[in-house]
Amino acid sequence: MIGRSQDLTIAQKRAIWAWAFLSMPVVFYVTIRFYPAAQAFGASFTNWNIVGRMEFIGLANYSRLLQDPAFWKVIGNTFAYLGLGVPISMLASFVIAYFLDRVRFGHGLLRALYFIPHLTTAVAMAWVWRWFYQPAPVGAFNVWLVGLGFPQVAFLRSTTHALPAVLAPAIWAGIGFQIVIFLAGLKAIPRTYYEAATIDGAGAWRVLFEITLPLLRPTIVFLVVTSSIAYLRIFDYVYAMTNGQGGPLDSTKPLVLKIFETAFAHFEMGYAATQTVVLFAILLVISRMQIRLLRSR
Amino acid sequence: MIGIRKTAPGHIAAWTLLLLGGIVMVMPFVFMLAASFKYNNEIYELSLLPHEPTLDNYRRLFERSGFLRWFGNSLLIGTLTTASVLFFDSLVGYTLAKFRFRGRYLVFVAILSTLMIPTEMLVLPWYSMARTFGWLDTYWGVAFPGLMTGFGTFLMKQFFEGVPDDLLDAGRLDGLNEFQVWWQVAMPLVAPALSALAIFTFLGNWTAFLWPLIVITDRNLYTLPVGLASFSGEFQTEWEMVMTGASVATIPTILVFLLLQRYIIRGIAMAGLKA
Repeated sequence: MIGRSQDLTIAQKRAIWAWAFLSMPVVFYVTIRFYPAAQAFGASFTNWNIVGRMEFIGLANYSRLLQDPAFWKVIGNTFAYLGLGVPISMLASFVIAYFLDRVRFGHGLLRALYFIPHLTTAVAMAWVWRWFYQPAPVGAFNVWLVGLGFPQVAFLRSTTHALPAVLAPAIWAGIGFQIVIFLAGLKAIPRTYYEAATIDGAGAWRVLFEITLPLLRPTIVFLVVTSSIAYLRIFDYVYAMTNGQGGPLDSTKPLVLKIFETAFAHFEMGYAATQTVVLFAILLVISRMQIRLLRSR
Repeated sequence: MIGIRKTAPGHIAAWTLLLLGGIVMVMPFVFMLAASFKYNNEIYELSLLPHEPTLDNYRRLFERSGFLRWFGNSLLIGTLTTASVLFFDSLVGYTLAKFRFRGRYLVFVAILSTLMIPTEMLVLPWYSMARTFGWLDTYWGVAFPGLMTGFGTFLMKQFFEGVPDDLLDAGRLDGLNEFQVWWQVAMPLVAPALSALAIFTFLGNWTAFLWPLIVITDRNLYTLPVGLASFSGEFQTEWEMVMTGASVATIPTILVFLLLQRYIIRGIAMAGLKA
């Protein structure tokens, strides 16, 4: 035994240690990540329903999905969350970070005020916002509207206002993270660039468009991709603000909530798996597209 | 710095607007906390200072709901998961950063690629796995999918790459085996990264919702977010009770932030830039 282990070269001994360190993680990643991912993909071609027998049904789930009006409804909602959430949050967080970057006095305190919402439990904050959205005299928003002489807004009870009303707290909670990343990106731009531009007599807008924004491109790519993924996967706020229904009349229901319902209320696991494959494909396409668009300009 | 005199009025205006915006950002917390110290008859006044502050809501919350238990569940699951993530993610990150062996690149790419798989896709197979092995309604059932993370592994790998090999070799010359070199020499050198990872992981678990909602149906085993979501039936119109529950879920994370603000902000900026 001893003789044999002395025969091993240092490199071989190191390799044995490396695989010993990796043994449990490899088992974990195979069984808890790759195998389930493959299983979900495979299940999308079956009629799996937890209790009964699982049968291969080809593309039946996919064609059912294409003809399911409820699916197109949630796809529309999901892209509404994305289409509103990403531009609004990006613009707001950039403007705040841009000015915050120039502030020295009370910088830490101001940053903390904007960042704190990011650390909260979505379900807890969903309750606070639900309270604000109540009709007067309970909800603060309607009390203020009435006080200013405006009619009350139905917010979560209206099929047109509910989606923005659910999105608002998600944006509110998300921009703290985006601000911190923008601040780090802004700090990484060398001061000499600005000084050179000032000497050349460039105004603030020209500096912004010709120096700051181009140099921030990696930061912008990162944030657009991460926030797009977050809005496409929106779930916690919707579930908690609509009692898990995505109502009224499915007007706030995103794809992930439909997946949850299909799987755990109707137990149509195969059909739900098909929807997760679609979600995966959307996430993949959107992030590829954005990286390509923003990099090659 | 540049032209401070010229931009001073603009500066003050910007500063004031930033402060106002920041106050608006934290208003939901202020209202939430204020409501949690109010009696029910005062809840309709939207004043920020209760006339008669009371801890009655907190007492009733802990008596009438499983809140204390849920708080404990979240704390326990968060702590165990964080310990596991810190141990394994840094072990794997270290191995990938500091060992040269065949298959290293493959393992790295494989782990990195798990970042592309959305959790929503995995919860269905996890559920059937948990059902098969009897993990539904157990702490283990909530925790097992998060015991290691691709993100943490990637983060730790980046930091271990900055640890000089000479220090590790010095440890080996002192007769430490490879495990001890990692644990005793390398780990203390990446303490800032470990603390950042610990904070992210704990917060991520503290706020996690989808998977605990799926795997737990026993009210006693709810985590805080799942318990809070179940309030809709119980306390629907008692907004002061709901706000008390929300406060209990939120206050710990805000306290942690206020204590560790510098690490958290630096950690996020660091992780964001490295990614």
